[in-house]
Amino acid sequence: MSNQAPLLELKNIKKDFFGNQVLEDINLTLKAGEVLGLVGENGAGKSTLMKILFGMTEIRDTGGYGGDVLLNGQKVSFNSPFDALEAGIGMVHQEFSLIPGFTATDNILLNREPQKKSAVSEVFGDRLNTLDRREMKRLSEEAIEKMGVRIEGSMQISDMPVGHKQFTEIARELSKEQLRLLILDEPTAVLTEQEAEALLDSIRGMSKRGIAVIFITHRLQEILNVCDKVAVMRDGVLVKDVPAAETNVTEITRWMVGRNVEGMAEDQRQAVGGEVVMSIRKLWVDMPGEIVRNVNLDVRRGEILGIGGLAGQGKLGIPNGVMGLYPAGGSVTFDGAQIPLNQPRKCLDSQLAFVSEDRRGVGLLLDESLEWNIAFPAMQIHGRFLKSKLGGAVKWRDDRAIREVTAKYIDELQIKCTSSKQKAKELSGGNQQKVCLAKAFALEPKFLFVSEPTRGIDVGAKALVLEALEKFNREKGITIVMISSELEELRQICDRIAIVSGGRIAGILPASCSSEEFGALMVSSVV
Amino acid sequence: MNTNNKPASRKLLGFLGNNAVPIMFILIIVICLPMSGFSTTFLLNEIVTRLSRNAFLILSLLIPIMAGMGLNFGMTLGAMAAEIALIFTSDWQIWGIPGIVLAMIMSIPISAVLGLVCGKLLNAAKGREMITSYIISFFMNGVYQLVVLYMMGSIIPIIHNNIKLPRGYGVRASVDLTRIRKSLDNVLAVNIAGVKIPVMTLLIIAAMCLIIVWFRRTKLGQDMRAVGQDMEVARASGIDVERTRIISIVISTVLAGLGMVIYLQNMGDMATYSSHSQIGMFCIAALLVGGASVDRASIGNVFLGVILFHTMFILAPRAGAVITGNEVIGEYFRVFVSYGVITVALVMYETKKRRAKAGMGAQLEAAQREEEGR
Repeated sequence: MSNQAPLLELKNIKKDFFGNQVLEDINLTLKAGEVLGLVGENGAGKSTLMKILFGMTEIRDTGGYGGDVLLNGQKVSFNSPFDALEAGIGMVHQEFSLIPGFTATDNILLNREPQKKSAVSEVFGDRLNTLDRREMKRLSEEAIEKMGVRIEGSMQISDMPVGHKQFTEIARELSKEQLRLLILDEPTAVLTEQEAEALLDSIRGMSKRGIAVIFITHRLQEILNVCDKVAVMRDGVLVKDVPAAETNVTEITRWMVGRNVEGMAEDQRQAVGGEVVMSIRKLWVDMPGEIVRNVNLDVRRGEILGIGGLAGQGKLGIPNGVMGLYPAGGSVTFDGAQIPLNQPRKCLDSQLAFVSEDRRGVGLLLDESLEWNIAFPAMQIHGRFLKSKLGGAVKWRDDRAIREVTAKYIDELQIKCTSSKQKAKELSGGNQQKVCLAKAFALEPKFLFVSEPTRGIDVGAKALVLEALEKFNREKGITIVMISSELEELRQICDRIAIVSGGRIAGILPASCSSEEFGALMVSSVV
Repeated sequence: MNTNNKPASRKLLGFLGNNAVPIMFILIIVICLPMSGFSTTFLLNEIVTRLSRNAFLILSLLIPIMAGMGLNFGMTLGAMAAEIALIFTSDWQIWGIPGIVLAMIMSIPISAVLGLVCGKLLNAAKGREMITSYIISFFMNGVYQLVVLYMMGSIIPIIHNNIKLPRGYGVRASVDLTRIRKSLDNVLAVNIAGVKIPVMTLLIIAAMCLIIVWFRRTKLGQDMRAVGQDMEVARASGIDVERTRIISIVISTVLAGLGMVIYLQNMGDMATYSSHSQIGMFCIAALLVGGASVDRASIGNVFLGVILFHTMFILAPRAGAVITGNEVIGEYFRVFVSYGVITVALVMYETKKRRAKAGMGAQLEAAQREEEGR
């Protein structure tokens, strides 16, 4: 009987990009109201699979896919995302797709506004219908109600905190009558813990209403909390598809990376009692969403200092302010010399380096080769990789030296690429992050800020990145300040951890303290 | 927080900063006003005349701004269409209200075609609409001259010799519109304390304002606002971005054509080869004087702008004459100021964005200092 057919059935889905097989024989079923957690390392094929499901045109432009997608037992083939929407599939992307000057209501019903006919529109066509504001309000409230998280319908998007933007997008999908399957692509990445919790509740609510959800996230605990089953992908293959109740985080992690990642060195680091190398006084930073107020902080030579805290509390503002990327005030001294604020070049000249959390925006020259990305700052700042000709009047690039140093870092950090000439934008997130690190290492700094080095990258790459940082610190004695939202990874490699809350330093604890102590600091003065 | 006075002073500064252009103009006017020695009745008469003459043209600029296409010099195209239409109606000797109505009707298809071409070109130059439309208006001026200077009278029949150049083809540098002069303005006109109010023209302008208010609430208006703010998001939600943008330019060009007919019937005389080339610049200057910016303009900006800009126009030559003893200086001054306004407004649009960012930092610093003081 047709109504016994599962809501979604994927049969032998295959996809290659110009001979490069990215998906192989994916078989998956999903019943109405079921919540599926989809996990896998970056580059495992999750996004490609979702793009096929959502009818993204780039799939068709690159030669289509093999196998069948069945919705309620009927074979479907979407030519565009609009066909997929029509069939009841909704997707919330990682990037916001909202009109900043519109209210939440306007955005929720964007291009689907209820309208009233008028004499003019009878003559000149439907686009001259007036909008039915009252009905719009009703529909958006209904969608927000369905979602179960309160957001203000009349609030303008540009005034909203980032989490509410995410919820507005979800409400938009929920407002679509025909919605039967919702794909959430890392929705919790930008949310605070409380917001993420609210979202999980909301997913449970959707599932009760019979809406199936595919939930993609790197936070494995969330999957176990909310999902009915877990599908694990690795290198284009679906390696596991099990009920969530029968598994745990360690097991999933093992399936994802295909090796055992436990047993990471948890050796106790000898306390570094060195002199103060950087002292920050009365620092304020105007970084939207990450405001820093009156921060005093001392960093000791040779240590790894962690800065943690909840999202939006200002931990990201500290490195961005010190390095001059956002307007800041106060004073920073490094090695006894004052570092002028708001002048990135001065920081770099003083041999500070920064690996930004904004990989694609600040971190990389996306359209340039790996060689360029890695060597460019060192060339620019310290005049390395240059050959002087004519007594220094003309300087040539030393391409051989650039290639050598790039090869060294590709090897050291295990950057997966076709060659050192490959463009940075063609790499996966984890590998891009490694390039960012290589870039900073190539500067041979005395002091390194690393901001969210593991955000959005998979477990395997994460371990490598942390290892590389630790090695850089130990072997070269470089002082590192690492900012991360993941307390566990801070505790893994840091000597001391400062917790930021409400834009201020709530406290500094040795890494060996219990997570309860850190947790208490995190919420101490949340704004 | 007990800092009530601080935000108030900052609010005032913010207000001054946000409205620097209109405030500058008010200051100039306040200084020039006593020097000019004009009577109130004269001034009011002039302002009302110029308001009724220009407001409709400036209103035509609002819709492209809403669609995120900036200040549209493409309105010059509508002005050309209106001029071509008026050349024909004058040649056919259809005067008075029928002449005006016919000219308006004839201008619509010409404006629409020109607007369509302009819209398509602007779609190919997204993000640089203002400069592109400015150059298109120069290019179309060439086409206009080709038609009016060479084709009219040779290929396109022109009957009357007072319109044709003596050589037998081409249109004279000035077309006499005396017989439709103010025929629209005189309908229902009333005289209040010596000030003549062209009621019909003002009613048409009021109707246009209402139409714009209504338009904002239509589906098309909503789509234009969405396209204006983020083209990619609008596209992803299924709005036909290109088409919406073209429609906004076509509407603007057609309205500019109608506005130009209103403008010329008030002037009663048409400079065939130059009327349109200045009109775009003056309308845009007036709108900016009214406090509009590249991405935000309201009906209020239109009226405030017309009044301030044209009051300055009336006062400046006389003030110039009083100060320097030479009217030409005043004339120079007003042209200089109108270009200056456009430059200042465009630069301020960018600096304002930057200052909005810096303001937050100052606030943080102040809060911190206060905290230490405690």
